[in-house]
Amino acid sequence: MVVFPGSNCDRDIMDALREDLGQEVIELWHKDKDLSMFSTEDCIVLPGGFSYGDYLRCGAIARFSPMMQSVIEFAQRGGKVLGICNGFQILCESGLLPGVLLRNINMKFVCKNVYIKGENGVPLKIPIAHGEGRFYADSETLDELENNKQVIYRYCDADGKLTPVSNPNGAERNIAGICNASGNVFGMMPHPERACSQVLGNTDGRRLLNDLLLVKKEALVG
Amino acid sequence: MGARPIAALNSLRFGNLSDDKTQHLLSGIVHGIGHYGNCFGVPTVGGEIYFEDCYHTNPLVNAMSVGVVKSAQTVSATAAGPGNPVFIVGSATGKDGIGGASFASADITADSMEDLPAVQVGDPFQEKKLLEACLEVIPTGALVGMQDMGAAGIICSTAETSAKGGVGMRIDLDKVPARQKNMKAWELLLSESQERMLMIVKKGRENDVLKIFDKWDLPCSNIGEVTDDGILRFYMQGRLEAELPAESLVLGGGAPVYEREYREPAYFKKVKSFDPADIAIPENLKSVADQIICIPNIASKRWVSTQYDSMVGTANASTNAPSDAQIVRVKGTRKGLALTADCNSRYVFADPFKGCMIAVSEAARNIVCSGGLPLGVTNCLNFGNPYDPEVYYQFVEAIKGMSEACRKFDTPVTGGNVSFYNQHPEGAIYPTPTIGMVGLLANVNDKMTLDFKEPGDWIYLLGKSRDDINSSEYLHKLCGVEFSPAPHFDLEEEFRLQQTVSMLIAEKRVSSAHDISEGGLFVTLCESAFPRGLGFDVRPEQTGIRKDAYWFGEAQSRVVVSVPGEDLHEFESMLQSKGQTYEKLGMVTAGLVRVNSENWGHIEYWKEKYDGAIEMHLNQYLPE
Repeated sequence: MVVFPGSNCDRDIMDALREDLGQEVIELWHKDKDLSMFSTEDCIVLPGGFSYGDYLRCGAIARFSPMMQSVIEFAQRGGKVLGICNGFQILCESGLLPGVLLRNINMKFVCKNVYIKGENGVPLKIPIAHGEGRFYADSETLDELENNKQVIYRYCDADGKLTPVSNPNGAERNIAGICNASGNVFGMMPHPERACSQVLGNTDGRRLLNDLLLVKKEALVG
Repeated sequence: MGARPIAALNSLRFGNLSDDKTQHLLSGIVHGIGHYGNCFGVPTVGGEIYFEDCYHTNPLVNAMSVGVVKSAQTVSATAAGPGNPVFIVGSATGKDGIGGASFASADITADSMEDLPAVQVGDPFQEKKLLEACLEVIPTGALVGMQDMGAAGIICSTAETSAKGGVGMRIDLDKVPARQKNMKAWELLLSESQERMLMIVKKGRENDVLKIFDKWDLPCSNIGEVTDDGILRFYMQGRLEAELPAESLVLGGGAPVYEREYREPAYFKKVKSFDPADIAIPENLKSVADQIICIPNIASKRWVSTQYDSMVGTANASTNAPSDAQIVRVKGTRKGLALTADCNSRYVFADPFKGCMIAVSEAARNIVCSGGLPLGVTNCLNFGNPYDPEVYYQFVEAIKGMSEACRKFDTPVTGGNVSFYNQHPEGAIYPTPTIGMVGLLANVNDKMTLDFKEPGDWIYLLGKSRDDINSSEYLHKLCGVEFSPAPHFDLEEEFRLQQTVSMLIAEKRVSSAHDISEGGLFVTLCESAFPRGLGFDVRPEQTGIRKDAYWFGEAQSRVVVSVPGEDLHEFESMLQSKGQTYEKLGMVTAGLVRVNSENWGHIEYWKEKYDGAIEMHLNQYLPE
């Protein structure tokens, strides 16, 4: 897991992976570069937060950090990378994922539980917390994403229906998360790490993280 | 002091929500709190908002931060050891915020626009880095003391740390990183630029500190050293700019103590002359309820709360299961903290002594209803101009009320702040002594929630219904009565009620607990019913109590609990043995709301009104 200055969900994802999913987690510092200890069996996680303050477009500075250069190479070698919230924004800024994340349609930060689902999956209750989470790409790119089955999560209602009301930020085609064409780089706005603990009253995120970390893309999109 | 903040709360006061200016302020202030808190990464877990005309010119923004520190690992705000270097860390010092605290303490007049530069510029990213760097420095043991720079910046932090340690300091102001050129000595001393800390470091350990601040890319400058004579000396370009004893600037030191004149406010006559008999008892209770549920002080504040990141830190245990207080788990332990901020300032206006006791009691009641044990209090005391003897009377009486209630609940007031001069040409704000209280749950899983659990559970009211509409939202907002006494309150009765509720929760005899506050019994029942979409069928025996007082009155010391259906006899005899007054109100339903055998519709009808009321107000003016 990479820590940028301004990351603030780093501890949360670490706690969820270690304590709720029993995974080993190693912290990486944005100024370092060395990823030689990792193989493509490992997953690099970019946590949520406000990297470098996000005073420009979210993630626009983080993509230039020394560690991100190594993460980009790692991804190009086929290594698995998961970006959550600000991590998703960084992946889009880095060009590892297509599209951009715009200001929410109502121009306000929003934090609440929403439902999302995979293409053939059941609705999962997962929190969101972002001001710039409206996924946007031109319709050609969107069609391509859909044809390649790269849309991994969409906002839906509690019954799994894709409705405008269940879309919390105005994202194109209710898109909450996508992956790259080769299926090793994943990005999503919702925060599964906030839904991994019995104490918090929601464990839907465990299932989602398990899918993302342990299973191949094919299992996600059927 | 070495703690990591884990939760924030805030307490906001605005003028009438129908007013354009209020909407502008509400939207801007919520955005400001949200932006800073969301970037900083501390969840805003709760708080309170009231809209009253008296806050039109003087809105209030009170913030509370709750942190966790291992005992014996705190850092004190003390300087010691002559020769030890003094560092300033964090942001560079600018001209922003010079005289900020004195601006905040001035009467607001037409000329106040001239003073606008006094407002500080915040940078949450810098604050986040400063937090992480400071928490990394503390375990190295290289620090003697540390204090943040608040009001009156460098001058205040050097004076307070020096006075506490009985030492002095020599400070070279040239070494303070400045945001602009040619800043004068007094500007550097008084600047209230945010995101700065003063650190007193053990001589020889400087590099341990510098290394960490370099890692976080934060300026860290040695600006002077501790001296042994108790005198602060500030130099600029080798010239002595100021020299004074540290002791003379601090509380309990040389600063003077004022004894101000105070007298009972003239408006008390109007308060005392209120006669409820002048208020006609409404024929149609449901149409009153329809209005009550939409009053902005009562309706859901979700328009505000969803703009705050309430879940970062993965410790907010109230997101999916609400309680009267917000429950935050303390990671690495089984413990939970119960947090709340409370003050109904209309009660304090009506009766400062009783009203402030009620504020403390409601805070304690919220914690008790959540299964917690009240531990301690912090406060924000917001009042008008203390030179006005009537305002000062409110202050004196409110403090007395707070002291008495805090002694009763065994909750020491560990700190807080005072904001006077919340005054404009038309008068002062309501006296607003906001109480922030922290409670403890030994095991966070033992928390009690406020929502009804199952259709068929019985609903009880603990405490006593009273023939009392005083200072209620009903009386003030719907009947338009500005002056009436504070609602019924008796500290002993309140204390006994809280003991009973604690016992019932500890023995797992109730499945929900929710106290009665603004809007009265009906609103409380609705709030317990909303989370699971359940309803209620209540047909209490009403004896000698006005209908409006029964359903919408705000007499204190009442809690609504629900009880699984089996052993009511045992439940009731236990209450009787404790001498606890109670009423059996009725039963939880699958969604239907029935009051006195009348069908009041489905709970969704009420929830839609409650959830949407503030948005309805705002949408008339603000585009979504």
